[in-house]
Amino acid sequence: MDIAEELLKGNRLALSRAITAIENEYDEATEIMKKLYPRTGHAFVLGVTGPPGAGKSTLTDKLAREYRNQGKTVGIIAVDPTSPFTGGAILGDRIRMNGLTLDEGVFIRSMGTRGSLGGLSHKTADAVKAMDAFGKDVIFVETVGVGQSEVDIVKAADTTMVVLIPGMGDDIQAIKAGILEIGDVFCVNKADHDGADKLVREINMMLDLDVHEPAPMNDAQKALADQFHHMAVGPQAEMAMPGYWRPPIDKVIANQNVGVKELIASIEKHHAYISANGELQARRTKRTKDEMLDILSSNIGKYITGKIVDTGRLDAYVEKIKAHETDPYTVVGDIMQEMLR
Amino acid sequence: MEKKIRVLVAKPGLDGHDRGAKVVARALRDAGFEVIYTGLRQTPEQIAEAALQEDVNVVAMSILSGAHGHLFPKVVKLVREKGMDDVLIIGGGVIPETDIPALKEAGIAEVFTPGTPTTDVVKFIKEHVKL
Repeated sequence: MDIAEELLKGNRLALSRAITAIENEYDEATEIMKKLYPRTGHAFVLGVTGPPGAGKSTLTDKLAREYRNQGKTVGIIAVDPTSPFTGGAILGDRIRMNGLTLDEGVFIRSMGTRGSLGGLSHKTADAVKAMDAFGKDVIFVETVGVGQSEVDIVKAADTTMVVLIPGMGDDIQAIKAGILEIGDVFCVNKADHDGADKLVREINMMLDLDVHEPAPMNDAQKALADQFHHMAVGPQAEMAMPGYWRPPIDKVIANQNVGVKELIASIEKHHAYISANGELQARRTKRTKDEMLDILSSNIGKYITGKIVDTGRLDAYVEKIKAHETDPYTVVGDIMQEMLR
Repeated sequence: MEKKIRVLVAKPGLDGHDRGAKVVARALRDAGFEVIYTGLRQTPEQIAEAALQEDVNVVAMSILSGAHGHLFPKVVKLVREKGMDDVLIIGGGVIPETDIPALKEAGIAEVFTPGTPTTDVVKFIKEHVKL
């Protein structure tokens, strides 16, 4: 079957096969992406990240149901870690989402990280595009359980939600330099456990320390900013300034469906905010740039591998370098000359 | 990139014992497969749809309730109906020897009963999977 064509017609098996081709880097993947690309850009991409056991999958399940109630179609990409030792993986996020499996408006795909260390797999962004072209309105990207620095999700998502839970000690301290910087919306899950309010206070304190220079704005932007002024929340609401998004903190008990509607309202507010002030376009422009450079350097890498490594020239150079007849810098300089001629 | 073998490990029906399924899932992970584990009490419809969305090469089912004669063939039928002709479907659990020929007739490629070393399952998959 013509995978891209069938996918665009709404064939779910074709979507599934397209993601496999992307993930395994089959030769046809590039052709598929070329055909899908013009149909992307419609979906709202929501990143869901947080430490292991925070309830990311359960929350994704509940939020997805809420979006379905609103009549929106949903795609979910759930990433779990691949073993660096065996290359194997247990992808278990679906366990929390079994109630969605038979809803035709929902498509869930599990991915292993396959060596990528940023909380996603290298191919997650392209899988998102496949779901986008398929016509999904909202696409969830759920990262692996993260620690401090796995922040690739900000590059893939329009809005990033950080899920935290009380009772992890000085977890805040431990992660404040990493994932706490990327939250557009914070979710304190398991809010019926001890320490939930303390955690909210700690996040608020951290957000209070953020320094924000309002960006220069033209009159139209100022009007929009004023319109969204009231959306800043938390104790510092009165200090909120136009052009500044204060990440809201929502307390939720996901498995009891408590606070989910409010959480989705916060997510949608952020979506509206970045859509109105141009931030969404800026994020997507940045993403396209990164993506271009990624594809370019990966192709250059492959080209060099083909010319230098596979032909055995690399080994010959290494022998010469070992014999001190030349050095790596001269060799690389010569190769660059040759390539660019 | 190498083609990674993706396996759906599923528990159809109503029994709540997933120790065996977890042991197998772990063994398959250690063999370098990507294992999608969906948890307990799945209907054949859920298993077939999950197999489609995950584009797996293998569906491995575990059942201890005695309902294998009904549930295993149903999954085979539903998976094939979805156009996944190449997917290898295997089963395991407390299954009487006398039931096995009928299950194989229905499209279950192999049935693994208690006491089977997990290495046998890995070997069977590697030899029979279509990538």
